Amino acid sequence: MRESSYPLAGLRQRIARIAASDGAESRPAEGWLASGHARFDEALGGGLATGRTHEFFAADALDATSAAAFAALIALRTPGKAPLIWLRPADAGKRGGHIYAPGIAELGGDPDRLLLVETADPKMLLACANDAIRCAGSAAVIVESWGKFPLLDLTAGRRLALGARDAGTTLLMLRLNALPAPSVAETRWAVAAAASRALEANAPGAPAFDLELLRWRGGPAGARWRLDWNHDEKCFGPTPEEATLSGAFLPSPARRAMASHGAEAA
Amino acid sequence: MRVASVDAAALAVGLRPGMPLADARAQVGNVIVVPHDPVLDQDWLDRLAQGCARYTPLVALDAPDGLILDIAGAVHLFGGEAGLVADIEMRLARLDITLRHALGPTADAARALARYQTRPAPDEAQAIRRLPVAALELEAEATTALVRAGLKTIGDLASRPMANIAARFGADAATALHRILGDAPSPLDPRIAPPPVIAERRFAEPLGSTVHATKILAELVGEAIEDLRKRGKGGRHFRATFFRSDGLARAIAIETGHPTRDTSLVMRLFAERMDSLRDPLDPGFGFDMIRLAVPRLETLGASQLRLEGGAVREAEADELVDRLTVRLGRGRVRRLRPADTHIPEQAQLELPAIEAPAPQPWQGPEPGEPPTRPFHLFDPPQPIEVIAEVPDGPPHHFRWRRATHAVRRYEGPERIAAEWWRRRDNGGLTRDYYRVEDAQGRRFWLFRHGLYDEKPDPRWYIHGVFA
Repeated sequence: MRESSYPLAGLRQRIARIAASDGAESRPAEGWLASGHARFDEALGGGLATGRTHEFFAADALDATSAAAFAALIALRTPGKAPLIWLRPADAGKRGGHIYAPGIAELGGDPDRLLLVETADPKMLLACANDAIRCAGSAAVIVESWGKFPLLDLTAGRRLALGARDAGTTLLMLRLNALPAPSVAETRWAVAAAASRALEANAPGAPAFDLELLRWRGGPAGARWRLDWNHDEKCFGPTPEEATLSGAFLPSPARRAMASHGAEAA
Repeated sequence: MRVASVDAAALAVGLRPGMPLADARAQVGNVIVVPHDPVLDQDWLDRLAQGCARYTPLVALDAPDGLILDIAGAVHLFGGEAGLVADIEMRLARLDITLRHALGPTADAARALARYQTRPAPDEAQAIRRLPVAALELEAEATTALVRAGLKTIGDLASRPMANIAARFGADAATALHRILGDAPSPLDPRIAPPPVIAERRFAEPLGSTVHATKILAELVGEAIEDLRKRGKGGRHFRATFFRSDGLARAIAIETGHPTRDTSLVMRLFAERMDSLRDPLDPGFGFDMIRLAVPRLETLGASQLRLEGGAVREAEADELVDRLTVRLGRGRVRRLRPADTHIPEQAQLELPAIEAPAPQPWQGPEPGEPPTRPFHLFDPPQPIEVIAEVPDGPPHHFRWRRATHAVRRYEGPERIAAEWWRRRDNGGLTRDYYRVEDAQGRRFWLFRHGLYDEKPDPRWYIHGVFA
């Protein structure tokens, strides 16, 4: 009977190995895409984990820009020249608008880092996504899809997630005009536009985002944040209420006044 | 309507190119008429020229119905001139093409012999001298004048002093005569410039399988890359041409963003390209030759990897660009570059990533100010219905995609005038842009197309969405 116990032990070892590698998803991430908002990053243990999949849902097509901009900004916050690979369906420009580089530059992002890939159909989108995530050294890969995406089932999602983990690439799935569904993503978010803080003469202010954490593998979900993008500091700044409480963040009309005052003094 | 060309049967019953179609119909009852399509003819000639690249890389088009092949140094491969001509005749006969051919010491001589020779001659020089003066292809008046002067053949003309001919019939006549006689060079304008690096293989038995053809291609890529290595160059453009035994050829090309000497990369790109072909590579009766050309070289030094792996990472992104470009087409993998204009939809260029120029600086943000340009831009802008409190004022409500938005905050107008200095009609209408925010906190970029003194009832459009 000793002969048969060897293969048995071997099998047990293999099962243990598989279990261990499966459990590797819970191993600590190598880095984070931080938002720059102290409480947001703290709550997530540092930000969005790199080498993982994160999903951003915009239930309403009108919030598509907010979801896309949040994903792009958090990826473009990273210093350096690493490319941001953005895969879009061919009709995305018609539905949600073309990605507009002057607008990204005015948000403080570097449009030269963008690599846009346009695919004809969802099948090609998925195939190209599988190639793109295996390209190490990108800031992130954004895969944009509109409406239902039946090809992205659990198997396809898992393949993407494993590919991203092996290459250390962060995969940001933009699910626009779609409802949240089960997946293997590390975090799942619902993104919507939030009313901005008005400037002088009731002008619309800095971009504001309303985020809801729908699911998080590493902890409890359900938290909500309202983030304002501050393009001068290239970070998601605290909301005005928090800022006025702490006094760390001067509202921009005050800055304008100070700047003009400083100019006069000089 | 005139007859552009006729086939042999029509020629036999007396129809001629250039005659009115009505006359042709009157002469012969059942004429089959096909509309003349010069573009298709050119295309067909081009394909034949590609097929003829099997004989020599120097093939020139002699539109609309001729090909000139420079066969110097290529004849021995076919067992002499007769063998070469027999091979061409055999292949063209399969395609039902009537061939008139001639060999000559210069391109112009060969061309004139092929097109104008009517009488047999003992040797080449005699044959050229016996050609009619029409072979010079001068203007009709000059040709008539020559014939009237009793100069009916090239030989007659050649026996006269050249200065007299130039004085009487123009310098063109003298040049044409020199070229036909071989005294002046007749340069060839090859359809495809001969590429600097070529590797090719011919098969005694046609190759019937694409799999084998791919294997041969891999060997050829290896040879070409060895050649590149010796020259210290890398290839940016690789073109494989598969010559079918029935005379047609199929070319498959790939491009890389950076010069490369990586055999496996090139083969991966070729495999990618072949997978994405709409009509797959068809061996037909088999390929009898495969040629790999590298038309575009760039200097590439010996590669060295950086210790921290930086070079490797950059290379990976470049390789991804190459692979996706081959799979999707060059227009679908893009980078954004600024354009020097203030018309919003023209301010960015989407260029193929594989050859995008070096980055140029973008206009950065104004400190403390919210962005004035949207994240997403609609091109063309989408029409909306707007209700404004005063005609000239900002929108109060607007309706877009069957939903009504109430404007809570706005800033504007930002007036963008048309580029009147570029277009004659003053460039069109002025636009008044407004940044607005609706009750849900969504920010839009709207504009009124035209001022009220430019247009009685200007339309409103949405041009973009802010983050």
